[in-house]
Amino acid sequence: MRHGRLPFILGFLWFPVLLYLVYVIWPYCQTVYYSLTDWNGFTPNVPYTGFGNYADLLKDDTFVRSLFHNAVILVVYPIITILLALFFAFMLNVGGRGDRAGIRGVAGSGLYKTIFFFPQLLSIAIVAILWGRIFESSTDTGFLNAVLAKIGIVDPAHPLLFLGETNSWLLPAIPFRDTVLDAPVVLWCLIAIAVWGGVGFYLVLFSAGMQAIPKDLFEAALLDGSSRYQTFFKITLPLLWEQISVAWVYLGIAALDFFLLAFAIAPPSMQATGASHVMSSWVFFTAFGSSRYDKFGYACAMAVAMAAFTFILALVQLRITRREKIEF
Amino acid sequence: MTTTAQHASPSAPPQKQIRFARPAKNEGRVVNLFSHGFLALWGLMVGIPLLWATVQSFRSDDEILHNPLSLPSHWHVDAFGRAWTKGHIGDYFLNTLIVLIPSVTLTMLFGSMVAYVLARYPFRGNRFIYYLFFTGLVMPIFLGLIPLYLTVKNLAASLGLESVIGLNTYGGLILVYIAYSLPFTVFFMHSFFRTLPSSVAEAGLIDGASHTTLFFRVMLPMARPGLVSIGLFNIIGQWNQFILPNLLMKPQSGFDSDRSMLTQGLLALVNNSKYETDWARLFAGMTIAMLPILITYLALNRQIQAGLTGSVSK
Repeated sequence: MRHGRLPFILGFLWFPVLLYLVYVIWPYCQTVYYSLTDWNGFTPNVPYTGFGNYADLLKDDTFVRSLFHNAVILVVYPIITILLALFFAFMLNVGGRGDRAGIRGVAGSGLYKTIFFFPQLLSIAIVAILWGRIFESSTDTGFLNAVLAKIGIVDPAHPLLFLGETNSWLLPAIPFRDTVLDAPVVLWCLIAIAVWGGVGFYLVLFSAGMQAIPKDLFEAALLDGSSRYQTFFKITLPLLWEQISVAWVYLGIAALDFFLLAFAIAPPSMQATGASHVMSSWVFFTAFGSSRYDKFGYACAMAVAMAAFTFILALVQLRITRREKIEF
Repeated sequence: MTTTAQHASPSAPPQKQIRFARPAKNEGRVVNLFSHGFLALWGLMVGIPLLWATVQSFRSDDEILHNPLSLPSHWHVDAFGRAWTKGHIGDYFLNTLIVLIPSVTLTMLFGSMVAYVLARYPFRGNRFIYYLFFTGLVMPIFLGLIPLYLTVKNLAASLGLESVIGLNTYGGLILVYIAYSLPFTVFFMHSFFRTLPSSVAEAGLIDGASHTTLFFRVMLPMARPGLVSIGLFNIIGQWNQFILPNLLMKPQSGFDSDRSMLTQGLLALVNNSKYETDWARLFAGMTIAMLPILITYLALNRQIQAGLTGSVSK
């Protein structure tokens, strides 16, 4: 059994691990190093400043505002996505009428499962084009405005701005130093796009978990005359805890990232005012934006802080959701 | 939750027509109506934008701009031709294939090799390597963006391989794609390999098979459902990758040829359409970019569900 074990392990590991260290870990390490400097990103001299960049973080109004935006996303996005995905997964796997033997989804569940996954297949470029057209602030060319105008909700002379709307919605804007802590409409639009895109993946994840629950459990419950609510809350939910916890961690990571949406879909005017910024897009803007060209070291410090938040959040989430494993 | 895949099938329900006690009929009907309505609504919300965008590519620019909701008066197909040749979508399509065929294959190979060793061979440093890959799962790509650019450039230069793995080369992008896809692949395949029964592996070793033979001949085929679903996720992820090609695949000089990926090409079309107003071409390019992924997904759809059933449990 032990024959040739070590050479085998080394032989399998060395190349992939080396590749990973060189292209992924090494750049991250460099980012950590640059966060301790005032490097501007291109000149040969790299002035060391210690933790000065980190001390500047809390003095940066846009950073605090972006952090607040991330917090809003972190509260809203995972909850809506998980609830929707759970509901759909339940309907499509065990929600079918219990008038026959066997547990299955509602009619046409195979088709629904296939279609709901579609957004996962699209690149961010396509998502940006699609939703750009949907949210466009014109009743002629914008899909949503055109529909709303047809129903009579929107006056064609005053189309809704959607991605161009900086007014805070649901949450009153809180003045903070030179900026505001708010939840602008453009941010809600981005969250809507994220939910639209994300539900399909978590639906598949939860479906897989539900398929793995032995069917006799559901059948026993049905025989005992339990309703769909009872089946869901007493059987499905507790046995799906593992997948829900994984989903919550993934969604938490995604909520703190949110880069592609804030970068590719929010219009440049919103990015300039900071209304649509989340931490990641502000990092990017600081590192590469033409108006802030000498801030590269500071941008790295923001990036490292962001990674630290993400890591801590993931650990806390794993700790909160930890339960005893149920074997079936 | 270790043997879920094996458990689910033997306990499949008997196909007899037994009538169950039906709980409150009215409740059932109302809930049915509501939930069906909601499912259908979500289906439309997901399906209509795609359908709408596809239909746009058959319309004239005038129609697109002035009447976004209606069907085309004539079904024009020439926008697809314009996208393929004038919009260079054909070239970008080919570039993407050149990169993806080796990068996805090698990602799956290396990813399962690492996952297999980490899952089934305890050794000093095993957990360390595992958490190293977990770190990559948590970190957003753009954290290391500028250093990555420099790393690709300097590594190629120090090895004298600028034209093979340097900036704006297929080789360089392939290596970077593999490296960034490894964490997810390792993480998922790791849990998959753990669920495979060890009796088979032991029998193989007693029969005198080497560890390598055992992996390629026995364990890898057994992990097929997992490989298919993770493979599909890698195809989708790399096909749609946006940040990495934008950083690494720019012509380095006037003589360097354009090796853009599809997503870059699409963005170029977006930017061009602002000046040339060829919306139909843009939507046609988008449809072309969507289609291969859509087809792959529909072909593998059934196996994804099967694959995830065995692997999502940690």
